[in-house]
Amino acid sequence: MTGQLQIHSAGPGVTIQDQGRPGWTAEGLSRGGAADPLALLEAAVLLGSDPANAGIEMMGMGGVFSTTQNTRFALTGARMQATVDGAPVAPNSSHLLRAGQKLRIGGAQSGVFGYLAFAGGITTDPVMGSRATHLTAGIGRVLQAGDERPLGTDKDLLAGPMRLPASDRLAGGVIRIMPGPQTDFFDADTLARFTQATFKRSPRGNRQGVRLDHDGAGFDAAGQLNIVSDVIVPGDIQMTGDGVPYVLLAECQTIGGYPRIGTVIPADLPRIAQAMPGATLQFQMLDVTTADATVQPARTQLATLRKACQPLVRDPHDIADLLGYQLISGVTPGDDLERP
Amino acid sequence: MSAPLPAPELRPLGVDGVLVRFAATLTEAANQRALAFRDQVNAMNLPGVTEVASSLVSVRVGFDPAQTARQTVVDALQTACARLDDAVTAPKRRWDIPVAFGPDHAPQLTEAAALAGVTPEQAVTEIEAQILRVIAIGFAPGQPYLGMLPPHWDIPRQTSLTAQMPNGALVAAVRQLIIFAADAPTGWRHIGQTAFRVYRPDSDTPFPLSPGDAVRFRAVSDSEYVALRQNTDTNGGARCTVLS
Repeated sequence: MTGQLQIHSAGPGVTIQDQGRPGWTAEGLSRGGAADPLALLEAAVLLGSDPANAGIEMMGMGGVFSTTQNTRFALTGARMQATVDGAPVAPNSSHLLRAGQKLRIGGAQSGVFGYLAFAGGITTDPVMGSRATHLTAGIGRVLQAGDERPLGTDKDLLAGPMRLPASDRLAGGVIRIMPGPQTDFFDADTLARFTQATFKRSPRGNRQGVRLDHDGAGFDAAGQLNIVSDVIVPGDIQMTGDGVPYVLLAECQTIGGYPRIGTVIPADLPRIAQAMPGATLQFQMLDVTTADATVQPARTQLATLRKACQPLVRDPHDIADLLGYQLISGVTPGDDLERP
Repeated sequence: MSAPLPAPELRPLGVDGVLVRFAATLTEAANQRALAFRDQVNAMNLPGVTEVASSLVSVRVGFDPAQTARQTVVDALQTACARLDDAVTAPKRRWDIPVAFGPDHAPQLTEAAALAGVTPEQAVTEIEAQILRVIAIGFAPGQPYLGMLPPHWDIPRQTSLTAQMPNGALVAAVRQLIIFAADAPTGWRHIGQTAFRVYRPDSDTPFPLSPGDAVRFRAVSDSEYVALRQNTDTNGGARCTVLS
């Protein structure tokens, strides 16, 4: 029997996401998938599960969830306060959720996109090879209170909780970009001003892209009103009509007519997605060879994460009912599970 | 005879892509070259190439950096560019699509026709007479840019956006027509309405149209359009003919 994930309440941007739906650009459908795909890889490593599994993406605000079967789950991405039946659970780690227990996930304390993944993955029917919700393409929809979605079985329920170091991509910072097809539509002064400016992530942003605010003149390209529409990709930095940069994310359109000053490299794109409104961002232009050298295949990323993954040791400060534990009388030789 | 096209420009587009641009402005010749180039690159089956996506006047070739290197892809594409002759790619398929041009479902036909300097009746006759090509698919999933209409149809976009263009709306601007894929805002003018769906995510063929396809529109009455819309298994009355 398949288990179910039950959604008792959900913030306004809670969707099912995986690594996306590549290969349909020519048909007008962008890849989509998690705004911070690395967070789903982190969850897969914490759970020892398939990196292609679908999980729950929560933009800014979580929700209340339960499952009909015991399963391990992991929380990654934006730091969101979470409890299981009132007991706090640590971020960037995996935990056991027993059938019927309430997992409550609050608002983002740092970062924007939080991820909730289950060991067996969410097993909705794939559409065009992926389970990712693509809101602008009308594939799937935001989850709401009362929804249920099928869950795969956790085949390793007894695996202990694991943790990964806290993500360093939740606080903005320096973003590496590379030249694109229209970089030379901008004159040298404008390009220099762009890489010297300090931007603030605007409150205006979603899975399609985020706007960046700054003090000072806009960044205009030569003949920008007459540029023929062209293929765009996630990471492209478009200058909208008034010269304000807008960084495209996973669910962007596939063709656009605004001039683009460059492209954020994939390694740094989650840092844009996760920058909270008001976080500061700066851009550093790499040459193409240097940018290309930053690419890490998923298997390399997974290998690095597996090395960093450690058993979760609970801090006594986090154990609310510490005094209720039998700390002495339960001492054993330590090999109980190995004895016949 | 138009001026010869400039040499294609190769530019990076992401760590996993090369954009080949055939012109700085949209012309039928540049679009034809982009489509021919797309076909040629697809036929080459280059190792590590994952995606070949054409736009109006350019083609993005996506590759897997774990399987190939940018320079290898660029070298192969330069060879392909050198081999690309000016042969026009003949359409492989032709679509015949019924469209209602009013009075109920074409609120801006009169306005658009006036901008093109013709009466609404002449506008419909001209659009029906034209064999259009799918010059690109994009912006929204499956949404075709169709061109090119005669030069007097080089009408500008509206300065203000129409908040919600219905699925299946036929809209016009800058010598092109678009069949809208979803309810969305636009600056293009609404001149007709079709029951044909250009995007069907739940179907085996989610994207019926392909860049390069030929398209002819056939005027139908409002009542015929409504009947086509209600009869959901007729493809909106559209017919596809495979051309030899």
